[in-house]
Amino acid sequence: MDRSDLMALFLHFLMLSAMAVGGTQTVMPDMHRYVVDVHQWITSRQFADAYALAQAAPGPNVMYVTLIGWQVAGWSGAIATTLALIIPSTVFTLLFARLSARNPDAPLGLALRRGLAPIAIGLTLSSAWVLVRSVNHDWHGYLLTALTVAIALRTRLNPLWLIAGGTLAGVAGLA
Amino acid sequence: MFWARHVLVERRRWLTDREFVETLAMGQMLPGPNIFNLGLMMGYRHAGLPGAFAAMAGFMGWPFLIVIGIGMLYARYEHLVLVQQALSGMSSAAVGLLITNGVKMASILPRHWRPWLFTLLAFAGVGVLRWPLIGVLGVLAPFAVAAAWKRTR
Repeated sequence: MDRSDLMALFLHFLMLSAMAVGGTQTVMPDMHRYVVDVHQWITSRQFADAYALAQAAPGPNVMYVTLIGWQVAGWSGAIATTLALIIPSTVFTLLFARLSARNPDAPLGLALRRGLAPIAIGLTLSSAWVLVRSVNHDWHGYLLTALTVAIALRTRLNPLWLIAGGTLAGVAGLA
Repeated sequence: MFWARHVLVERRRWLTDREFVETLAMGQMLPGPNIFNLGLMMGYRHAGLPGAFAAMAGFMGWPFLIVIGIGMLYARYEHLVLVQQALSGMSSAAVGLLITNGVKMASILPRHWRPWLFTLLAFAGVGVLRWPLIGVLGVLAPFAVAAAWKRTR
């Protein structure tokens, strides 16, 4: 990967990060579109693996963004995507804290949150849709996903147990 | 999220429960990782810019190195059949958690067709048709916020 590619990766992720209202899972479909479909820097499977590994690793779940950067271009890629992730969020948050708009129930804030929430949900489900199709190749995988959803919705089990269960099922050749 | 609340509210008593929810709500309104924004805001409030940067370093420092380590192991062993099987099961479970996340978020939507329409359009455009996010968001967001603005007044 040359420097202009690296710059393009950085700028695209920077733009996405600035749009990630409601959490970074809302921009994951576009990250996938950019690095897998448009540029073919990594495969859909590598993308999904990076996501799963970051969920299992200690630390914030968003570290999958760093791992994707690492897979695309090593150290420089990891630094590029991580900086792109934190710069917009830092700038907006500090500006916001500085303006000390402390009341989250102000009418404009409320309208923003209420208006954007349904879109954030649609985008979160889009992320799930994109991943489910690159991860599951037969009914075993879909069954495992469905089981995870059923258990996670009905119990308050720590998600790490579900990830561990999925990994074991995979090792046993069931996924 | 669970741990952030535990440390900030219960152990250190830097925030009350109510302040925690409000700060998190503000973090959710701003772009980027919610919990990261919360940390930044806390750091800034208590110790100004140096506090904000300390929070950022604490948040990203170790996790950054840990995932790079995982990335190195992955690059080395991803071709082993056993590793592929394990990752495949792990991914199926991880995506299940993501679906759960979306379902739980959706369960707080009001029982009215309008928010669901925006959810459906966002899903169709970005998830199914794979259109670029910036276009979909640029068209949907103004309408969604305007509709919500009308209803809150």
